[in-house]
Amino acid sequence: MNYHWDWMFFFQETDDGLKYYDWILSGLGWTTFVSLASLVVALILGSVLGVMRTTPKRWLVGLGDAYVDLFRNVPLIVQLFMWFFVVPELVPENIGLWMKQDLPYFVIAIVGLGLYTAARIAEQVKAGINSLSRGQRFAGLALGFTEWQTYRYVRLPMAYRIVLPALTSEAMNIFKNSAVTYAVGILELYFQYKQIIEKTSQVLEITIVVTLCYFVLAFVMNRILAFVEARTRVPGLIVGTKGSK
Amino acid sequence: MSDFDFSVIVQNWAFLAEGLRYTLQVTVTAMIGGILIGTVLALMRLSSITPLQWFAAGYVNIFRSVPLVQVILAFYLILPLVLQMITGKQIPIGAANSAYFTFTIFEAAYYSEIMRSGIQSVPRGQVGAGYALGFTYGQAMRYVVLPQAFRNMLPVLLTQTIILFQDVSLVYAIGATDFFGAADKITQRDLRPVEMYTTVAVVYFIICFTLSRLVKWLQSHIAIIR
Repeated sequence: MNYHWDWMFFFQETDDGLKYYDWILSGLGWTTFVSLASLVVALILGSVLGVMRTTPKRWLVGLGDAYVDLFRNVPLIVQLFMWFFVVPELVPENIGLWMKQDLPYFVIAIVGLGLYTAARIAEQVKAGINSLSRGQRFAGLALGFTEWQTYRYVRLPMAYRIVLPALTSEAMNIFKNSAVTYAVGILELYFQYKQIIEKTSQVLEITIVVTLCYFVLAFVMNRILAFVEARTRVPGLIVGTKGSK
Repeated sequence: MSDFDFSVIVQNWAFLAEGLRYTLQVTVTAMIGGILIGTVLALMRLSSITPLQWFAAGYVNIFRSVPLVQVILAFYLILPLVLQMITGKQIPIGAANSAYFTFTIFEAAYYSEIMRSGIQSVPRGQVGAGYALGFTYGQAMRYVVLPQAFRNMLPVLLTQTIILFQDVSLVYAIGATDFFGAADKITQRDLRPVEMYTTVAVVYFIICFTLSRLVKWLQSHIAIIR
């Protein structure tokens, strides 16, 4: 095989005076930023939707279900293109113009990835709440809690701890999914990967390095949430499938 | 919204349908190939031979921690190098063909995890019962364990296939003309992003929504009564 291995190219200078490893680090920064910001959006919205889908109110359930169906059945890249190229045309003209000209494009990417992930988180939150026995809600109501208070003080604190393993895998997935945002111009890790391949043709080295980067990101997220999981474990509750990733 | 131009869609429908056909072909190929390889990987992972376990675990964990877009591009570029190494001559593969290979290999990792939990859902005693009847390992798997594992996991396998169907849109990264790629290429030419991307989103939604409802229905009808 006549492939020319060259690990030192990472220290070579690029067109813009930086080194190739600078490009990777900058990509890593964007990947982390976009992923974490989207995760925050997804956790907040996903929780609201998940709770909505467990309330006794029919229309709230319907709305939550519709959201999840809509956002789970369209590919992420299509959703991102919708936010970037279609939505600005459909909203009133001045808002559309503002979205195209003034709004930083990474905000749209974060919102797009966040809304996509929210549908998945909503499923987990709903499953967590439904796994609790009805008696917990009744007990709360009997103590004079309002419906909202039974969520706030009784059901959600349990539900989150039960679904934490599932949320962990969503949190790890978001790093991988953030790679798709390159298509709408975010200069994240995959974008840099593609760019470095075009400039240097050192496919194998850069593939190994970028794969390791994604590996590390997912692993760190996994460890952080495993720590949270251990700290918030409900005493006396049998937690199955511990440590199996 | 008022100037939503349906004629753009009508004019380009043949090209879009061609893209959709490619998307479906990749999906079906990767589903069949992925489930076959995935089942072998799951059996390796559950076997008592340590190197096989390591290989399967490594395969699954690597592919599950890397973004699919990266794998698509990497395989597109690396596959010709590997083929050249084996055959000694340059064989142009092309983006469209390399995607069949990439998706099969990539999805095998995900299908393997599903098959693994399917195999583990079959009570151990049944394998013992198979051996007691004089079955070999292969026979016990073929006639006792795998049919049940497959049946138990059918809804999950199909759900994964719906995800795969959506993920084919990522061949955008190497410029292959799948359904989304077709719409994108028409957009570049006709500058009608609203019509094209909306059409793609709506068609994807209708197909995936219908399929996921079917899976839900199937799930309630094939549960094994024990």
